[in-house]
Amino acid sequence: MDYLHQFVFGIYPYIALAIFLLGSLVRFEREQYSWKSESSQLLHRGSLRLGNILFHVGIIGLFFGHAVGLLTPVAVWDALGVTHSFKQAFAMTAGGIMGSLCLIGVLILLGRRLGNERLAANTTWRDKLVLLWILATLVLGLSTIAVSARHMDGHEMVLLMSWAQHVVTFRGDAASFIADASPLFKAHLFMGMSLFVIFPFTRLVHVWSGFGAVGYLGRSWQLVRPRR
Amino acid sequence: MKIRAQIGMVLNLDKCIGCHTCSVTCKNVWTSRDGIEYAWFNNVETKPGVGYPKDWENQDKWQGGWVRKANGKLEPRQGGRLKILANIFANPNLPAIDEYYEPFTYDYEHLQNAPEMITPPTARPVSVLTGKKMDKIEWGPNWEDDLGGEFSKRSKDALFEGIQKEMYSAFENTFMMYLPRLCEHCLNPACVASCPSGSIYKREDDGIVLIDQDKCRGWRMCVSGCPYKKIYYNWTTGKAEKCIFCYPRIEAGQPTVCSETCVGRIRYLGVLLYDADKIEAAASVEDPKSLYEAQLGVFLDPHSSTVQEEARKQGIPEAWLTAAQKSPVYKMAMEWKVAFPLHPEYRTLPMVWYIPPLSPIQSAMENGLIGENGIIPDVKDLRIPIRYLANLLTAGKEEPVVKALETMVAMRRYMRAKSIRKQADPATLKGTHLKPAQVEEMYQVMAIANYEDRFVIPSSHKEMVENTFDDKASCGFTFGNGCSGGTSEPSLFGKKKATPIVFHDMRRDRKANTGSKS
Repeated sequence: MDYLHQFVFGIYPYIALAIFLLGSLVRFEREQYSWKSESSQLLHRGSLRLGNILFHVGIIGLFFGHAVGLLTPVAVWDALGVTHSFKQAFAMTAGGIMGSLCLIGVLILLGRRLGNERLAANTTWRDKLVLLWILATLVLGLSTIAVSARHMDGHEMVLLMSWAQHVVTFRGDAASFIADASPLFKAHLFMGMSLFVIFPFTRLVHVWSGFGAVGYLGRSWQLVRPRR
Repeated sequence: MKIRAQIGMVLNLDKCIGCHTCSVTCKNVWTSRDGIEYAWFNNVETKPGVGYPKDWENQDKWQGGWVRKANGKLEPRQGGRLKILANIFANPNLPAIDEYYEPFTYDYEHLQNAPEMITPPTARPVSVLTGKKMDKIEWGPNWEDDLGGEFSKRSKDALFEGIQKEMYSAFENTFMMYLPRLCEHCLNPACVASCPSGSIYKREDDGIVLIDQDKCRGWRMCVSGCPYKKIYYNWTTGKAEKCIFCYPRIEAGQPTVCSETCVGRIRYLGVLLYDADKIEAAASVEDPKSLYEAQLGVFLDPHSSTVQEEARKQGIPEAWLTAAQKSPVYKMAMEWKVAFPLHPEYRTLPMVWYIPPLSPIQSAMENGLIGENGIIPDVKDLRIPIRYLANLLTAGKEEPVVKALETMVAMRRYMRAKSIRKQADPATLKGTHLKPAQVEEMYQVMAIANYEDRFVIPSSHKEMVENTFDDKASCGFTFGNGCSGGTSEPSLFGKKKATPIVFHDMRRDRKANTGSKS
């Protein structure tokens, strides 16, 4: 296990998480005026409805899929009687479907953003960075399905789960689990972790608010603020 | 009884001359900024017309306001909470900017830089969205000014509901009126209800509806939720903005900019006391035609001693109670019943009210064109169809509008006789419910309209809630981020969206000239 591997998969996850959490906190605290979804719907609708819904359904599915799939301890799956090969097949199918939805969505959104004169004139490099970064991460993620298909026994999947679980439980040996993983997986992991790094500095912060907006379901219709 | 106070507004359409002074002064003060240049917190529409944004009154299309469900409960027309959240990725009811208009400037520089040419140079329009030249300006905020455009397009106006409109296309039968519009600062605002972030709120002390710019996340559900389309999405900051009722002025006891600058003196500001516990019931009465009366039932009589006592107990300042008793808005809405809410059928309980226009009726009558059928001529003789006004102000119920117009005609007759024959003739009030004293007061407030009669605004009692000494030398009202004076400098977390190339030079100049770094 070389130094670079240990750094990227043993140390970098913590750097990424720290930037993600502290960056979000600092931005929320100091620059809340800049905290927004940055919708471009007013300027041009085009195929926003199709593209954006596909994209978001896909990426929310992927987020929860990864979270549950990677972080649920192996013992729980074993206790539930879910075999490793079945779980891998399920992960490949669900991930494949959600990833495809997301891919179609992100391509539609990119086409809309760069193809329309008004949007092209008002798109910042940060907007482009986010879309292209997600696209690259997504394509890498989808291409790992082909790698996984070559060995359906769930072994590599368990190694990836162990990596993630050892990272979040602060056990120093996380990187060793995926030393022999396919380079595609490693590239996907790196891009995915880096998405958390750019998160606080881009419109991605609206994801927090998107989850926060669920509180709206239980809110009263009217809000009245007393004098303070 | 939960007593709250609100500064309400009345606009006397009978006196509006459509000069757009209110719109222009408002724009100069509040919306002359990047990204909100297309928005007019106050605009004046010529009716009949589709208005700004196009067709805003067509709620089948835009889904604004509330609907009463079968179980008697209210829900935003655009959907319940779950549906609103589901539409967060792409709001199906959001008007595109072209429904307002594509903001533009002109290439003035070309007038000075053009080389020698055979034809004189022109300043071509330039789109603020793209920085590119536009072939033609297709629409603007007052495109239909003074009945501009074809009748076939203007007559898509939703107010023609229930009216045989074809006859009004003939020149002899044509009619028009002006409708200045601003945020209604509703008692039951649909924008507040539609906001998933909870960033829009109504102020308890004066009823002004505001958007917390820090909390707004740009989900844009308020834009479609508001049936008056008076919330605008700032496409550079990504935040929603709206009329703030000039709250810094109101707090200081001054009228809003639109009211202060109205050359026709048509605007009135005054306190209304209302019972917040009655709002929900009033907004959900079954028959839309009863909504106007239902809203009247929410207001409280400031002269009643029980109301005063209770209001004092609930912490409403004495100055506000006194102001409520002198409120021109209360007089016109409650005592004289000449002012009406705008589109009560949206169930928002709006707080900017309108006196229907009268003039075309009166002049036709005085010219002997109309037989005197009681105090007011037959409905068929009126130039502006009563039904048209009723569709605007009372959900189609004609009686209250007829009665208001009757009151105004009677006032004119009485005062005309008094000033011409130098003697009041109570006989002119026969057949009406009016008494000479009330007519005199109406005349003073509505016709003479002195400054102090139009604006009865108690200043807010900030000293009761904050230590003003702590605010010494702090920043005042600013746009943008905190005290930064309207410009947000680029930071680690990005900067304001790039403004189109047309304004880059301007901004650079501005910076260079002020010599400041910010």
